[in-house]
Amino acid sequence: MGLRVLKDEEEEMKKSSITQHSQKEEKPKRIKKKTPFTKFLYNLFIYSLLILMTIVTIGPFLWLLSTALKSGAENIFAYPPKFIPEQPTLANFARVMEAFPFWRYLFNSSLVSFVTVLLNLVLCSLAAYPLARMKFKGKNIIFILILSTMMIPFQLLMIPIYLLALDLGLNNTYAGVILPHATTAFGIFLIRQAFMTVPYELEESARIDGCNSFQIWLRILMPLVKPSLVTLAIFTFMMSWGDFLWPLIILDDTSMYTLPLGVNALAGSFSSDWRLIAAGSIISILPIIIFFIFMQKYFIGGVMKGAVKG
Amino acid sequence: MKQSKIAPYLFLLPGCIVLGLIIFYPLVQAVWLSFTDYNIIQDPNFVGMENYQTMIESDLFWKALGQTFLYLIVVVPSLVILPIFLAILVNQKVKGIGFFRSAYFVPVVTSMVVVGITWKWVYAEQGVLNYILDLMGLSSVNWLTSTSTAIFAVMAVTIWKGLGYYMLIYLAGLQSIPSDLYEAAEIDGASKFKQIIHVTIPLLAPSILIVSIMSSISAMKVFEEIYVMTGGGPLNSSKTIVFLIYEQAFSRLNMGYASAIGVVLFGITLIISIINLKVMSKKEKVA
Repeated sequence: MGLRVLKDEEEEMKKSSITQHSQKEEKPKRIKKKTPFTKFLYNLFIYSLLILMTIVTIGPFLWLLSTALKSGAENIFAYPPKFIPEQPTLANFARVMEAFPFWRYLFNSSLVSFVTVLLNLVLCSLAAYPLARMKFKGKNIIFILILSTMMIPFQLLMIPIYLLALDLGLNNTYAGVILPHATTAFGIFLIRQAFMTVPYELEESARIDGCNSFQIWLRILMPLVKPSLVTLAIFTFMMSWGDFLWPLIILDDTSMYTLPLGVNALAGSFSSDWRLIAAGSIISILPIIIFFIFMQKYFIGGVMKGAVKG
Repeated sequence: MKQSKIAPYLFLLPGCIVLGLIIFYPLVQAVWLSFTDYNIIQDPNFVGMENYQTMIESDLFWKALGQTFLYLIVVVPSLVILPIFLAILVNQKVKGIGFFRSAYFVPVVTSMVVVGITWKWVYAEQGVLNYILDLMGLSSVNWLTSTSTAIFAVMAVTIWKGLGYYMLIYLAGLQSIPSDLYEAAEIDGASKFKQIIHVTIPLLAPSILIVSIMSSISAMKVFEEIYVMTGGGPLNSSKTIVFLIYEQAFSRLNMGYASAIGVVLFGITLIISIINLKVMSKKEKVA
């Protein structure tokens, strides 16, 4: 479902809300019968709030977009601010694309995120299995140790990790960017919670059929926790895609930059030209916005499921 | 249930090797570095408690520590309370609600670098926010360049970016509340507002707990929005502990001193995490 489709739907709905709102109630309320007028007022109230919040959350980006579309002849510092560009132009975008190796950064970001997601899915769910479903010595201590890593600020660890990465020759490599995010305690916790809900009978009957633990993990448990794996993939992707500080430290070769780093460098090199900074920022978020529009069901569902299980 | 004795450890091994490499080994090394004068260029020398001494005598350290707690005190309650109302709003069964949920989530998927740039532009002296203030008859504010407002302006961005995320966590909680509870409350004559206070909020308790934990963890680690928007300034007024660590380690190359500050931060977060773990394990027993 595209944003445009939704937008159209919303506009259509706004136009016809007066006539349609009475058919919309799916479950007839038993208690209070609302008159069409109070229902209209109620809907008006709800939509006003919804639109107000949309302005709050999307408005700043639209303001940035408006700036990016303003031509060099227009004063972007005009007061009062002009929300609609006088002569909208793509010239700023064209100029930014010359200075900004967008496709290279997009490739770097995509590769890093994809491998990080893959590693997390495998490593977290492997570690989650015994923590969810086996009895062994040291289980509680291991689990608490893993959970405690969530509270250790990365900024404390990044100095030694940086030194380690240098020792391993991982500076300016994809592996170096990926390393600190290859496994997360959150992922282990999330998948553990999912594994715990799988009935033990399934595991026992598989064991009677001669499956070993690895086969049970791969063939019984993993397919049953697919929604949680999707959730973990979404979380890891968001974290990895937006990551800034670590790539900044480990990468000094600009051809290895990810999108946030590229945009930061761009903002630095065009320090006062807000048209170009705005255009570069808009270009850099287009991929994630488009990805989000197509995958919004998974993003929204993933975060909601993560909340229930975590 | 039969299983081999080493199986659990084999499953744990790959993940634990990685965690050992990226968390536990660096943690030990960071503690060791905190007792040295390491600066990347020369080999580390053991200097005992010197870094900690410097830290305690440093005004900037105490300032940053205070500002970190200020960050917690403002951001955590905001992110615990505001998204509840947002979640109630997007839980309304009206047409096009999916669009609004997605719209409120857009700041969450956008990288903090771009969010910071966007808000720098909104906060600009002749920017949109001051224009809105002007319309309301208020005088304009130098949001990011005044020592009294910079940290609050950055906090507002942290809250703004987190709203949609915590909204969804609450939405998941709201949707697990059985609707007959509301019907019963309505039969008893409870108003919509009273239903929120007496039905919604108590039944959201588990979600409120999750959000408190998550938002306090992320507030303690706040860095990127400060880096992008104020660089810790003006006059250190928006510096937090983590920013100080970054600055000492990678701008001034005082890696030993930075590690010492990091160890203190770790101590504070450890106390919070122990409290969190206790609450979490209680919750698990109930569930």
